[in-house]
Amino acid sequence: MISAQVLALIDNAFLSLVGSAIPASTVVLLAATGAMLGERVGVLNLGQEGLIGVGAVYAVIAVLSWGITSPWLALLIGMAAAALAGLIFAVAVVVFRANQVLVGLALALGGVGLSNQLGTNRNGTPIQNTFQEVSLGGSFEDGSVLEAFLFHDPIVYLAYIAMPVALWFLLFRTRHGMNMRAVGENPAAADAVGVSVMRSRLGYTVLGAALSGAGGAYMVLSFTPTWSPDIARGRGWVALAVVIFAGWRPGWVVAGALLYGSMISLDTTAQARGWELPFFGPSDLSFFLSMLPYVVTLIAILIPAGAAKIGRRVRATAAPGALAIPYWREER
Amino acid sequence: MTARGVTKAFGGVRALDSVDFEADWGEVHALLGENGAGKTTLCNILAGIYRADSGDIAVGGARRELRNPAQAIEAGIGMVHQHFRLVEPMTVAENIHLGWPETPGVVTQRALIDRTRRFMDEIGLHVDPTAKIWQLSVGEQQRVEILRVLARGARVLILDEPTAVLTAPEAEDLFKVMRSLAAAGLTVIFISHKLNEVLEVSDRLTVLRNGVREITRPSAGATAQELARLMTGEERELEVEHRVVTGEASLDLRGVSARNDRGIGALHEVDLTVRAGEIMGIAGVSGNGQTELAEVICSLRPAQSGSITLNGTDITDFSVRAIANMGVGHIPEDRIGVGMVLSAPVKDNAVLHNYWTGEFSRGVSLDRARVISFAKRLVELARVQTRSVFAAAGQLSGGNQQRLVARREALVGDRALVAAHPTRGLDVNAAQEVRATILEKRDHGCAVLMISDDLDEIMLMSDRIAVMYEGRVMGVFDAADADRERIGLLMGGHEPALAAAP
Repeated sequence: MISAQVLALIDNAFLSLVGSAIPASTVVLLAATGAMLGERVGVLNLGQEGLIGVGAVYAVIAVLSWGITSPWLALLIGMAAAALAGLIFAVAVVVFRANQVLVGLALALGGVGLSNQLGTNRNGTPIQNTFQEVSLGGSFEDGSVLEAFLFHDPIVYLAYIAMPVALWFLLFRTRHGMNMRAVGENPAAADAVGVSVMRSRLGYTVLGAALSGAGGAYMVLSFTPTWSPDIARGRGWVALAVVIFAGWRPGWVVAGALLYGSMISLDTTAQARGWELPFFGPSDLSFFLSMLPYVVTLIAILIPAGAAKIGRRVRATAAPGALAIPYWREER
Repeated sequence: MTARGVTKAFGGVRALDSVDFEADWGEVHALLGENGAGKTTLCNILAGIYRADSGDIAVGGARRELRNPAQAIEAGIGMVHQHFRLVEPMTVAENIHLGWPETPGVVTQRALIDRTRRFMDEIGLHVDPTAKIWQLSVGEQQRVEILRVLARGARVLILDEPTAVLTAPEAEDLFKVMRSLAAAGLTVIFISHKLNEVLEVSDRLTVLRNGVREITRPSAGATAQELARLMTGEERELEVEHRVVTGEASLDLRGVSARNDRGIGALHEVDLTVRAGEIMGIAGVSGNGQTELAEVICSLRPAQSGSITLNGTDITDFSVRAIANMGVGHIPEDRIGVGMVLSAPVKDNAVLHNYWTGEFSRGVSLDRARVISFAKRLVELARVQTRSVFAAAGQLSGGNQQRLVARREALVGDRALVAAHPTRGLDVNAAQEVRATILEKRDHGCAVLMISDDLDEIMLMSDRIAVMYEGRVMGVFDAADADRERIGLLMGGHEPALAAAP
């Protein structure tokens, strides 16, 4: 009987992957949800990489320099810092109608630079007060399936369950969410029926930035848990890819973040186990795996385009109609 | 509903000068006037979009303050704009409930659809509430806009040029809706400059000219001529002498076929001859291949088969620039998108065709002085009103843009001029000037192909008339024996019995 042995092996690899992918993907999930919120009202914030950095470094500063002992409070401080950076971005692109791509890139580069500067003296200092794992029902053996799914810190449960359900409800089951989607699709139409385009765009861009900052803060308060330079390591860019992959739907963002988070974890797992790419070598596998999220994104974008080419309309996954387009009321 | 002494100025220019306007419950009231007469401005004030500088507005006898659209709705006044404000990927039900405080805070598609059905039954207007806006025809989209306004309790419905985007049968449906709403006691105000439809559908009408009310009177007994005179303030008939030109073809199309943007056949085996010194008018309902015809001639669209010759030279596969060099001018249908670069100054737009020739450039550098002096001459010739030739073309008014393009193309087109809807959207005076330019070209021996969906204009200007229907030429007539009714039937695809009889 080969099956039992093979299954056990697969099981083992799978469990270790899931066990590490869930928390590893939380960062991507929070940032992707933040980006999606902004994009739903028509604001493309390419600055995710910088927002994660700012959120992370201020959580570190809160713990190491301000003596904050509660990880919850440190998380809130990280979120507030990112929200402030998001507010600057939002004012520039919504009120002054600056080019969203350019300002977004500036925020990405500036946020990374700023956080590296602020983090210089705190490199590698471990953070003691991290989020602790809690069980979602009973106790279980080490390495079991249940543990992989039901033994994580509270942020994981909030990010994977409470947040997507709440956002789905907000977007698709409330009057407010309907108006919000209209702002992202056709701001002129929303404006004409009395929805304040500027207020929703400012509000959700800032709220989205706070969520991205929460992703950064989570990294140093649970996942890593220490500051290191360039802490986001591309997760901000991956988050933007996840939004496209998910077709701007909260539930799919969870699936996308898990998929992409797994690709990142796969890299760690592969290195730890010494897996190699045939004909190449261990280092090439690492390069290959870090390339994978973007290849998958490309394919995800090409599927609807390809469907359109053969005459099928895939509108459900289309980007908000007014994404990245500034709005002003035409006046005579 | 009454408005008293409404005055509104934009940047020192009076758009409305102490206008009085009143409409009764249960009537369809037409608001007539040329472009810039103040019709839309008045309606925007009634709908709370603009604020009047002075004047009072009362609804049902009570004076109302209208600072924004929400207050106008509260006062019972709702407006349907010329350009729809609907969210395409959303359903009809969602669009009707957008931004509406009475929409329940927590909603499901089903609840919205049920509510929408109820409104539709109450109002007596129906559209599939589950359909997405992009799946609807323009006429249905307009109905959604009307439903949205009425569902919010509007008792006064304002429609801004509602028929501009509709096909004839859709317009007929709309007129029925307007009549039935008025019969139910609502006030329907509609803006138009089409005299025939005003006379057909309205109970009373008001004519505005240059921001001043000319007259309010019952529609019964009014004549189109009388209203046209009131709108323009003067009798300006263009005297056109039709010619019968014989001789060689200048612009000659043989068996030309082409596809439209969606890859569907738009022109089928078109044979058409335009002689030097004549205007060939193309009559037809929009969307029957006229646009593609103009584009194929100017090489903006490839011909699938057939040949196009100009004075005996085959120009079918010439580049756009080569065709312009041959002396073919093109006044495009979409003057903003195709005719000019809006962000560029007037002077650059003046030389778009020939900036690269020896006349305006030396080697790789432009001769600024020559460009400027040419542009100044063109602006003067075309009577374009602009601060200077350095102003961006986008700052010119629509009429001035069209005058500039028409004159520029007239200079390019020594041999042939293709004019697509040259007077669409222009007021009477600007239209007359553009027409005069075209007639002048004809008199200088240019072959003119003029496309218009305004049959009156075709009848007025053309020496010969070709009727197009579904990409085919249905018939060609000399101006002398062109019969309106017969052309109208051909435009609708009907082969008149007369033509069939021997």
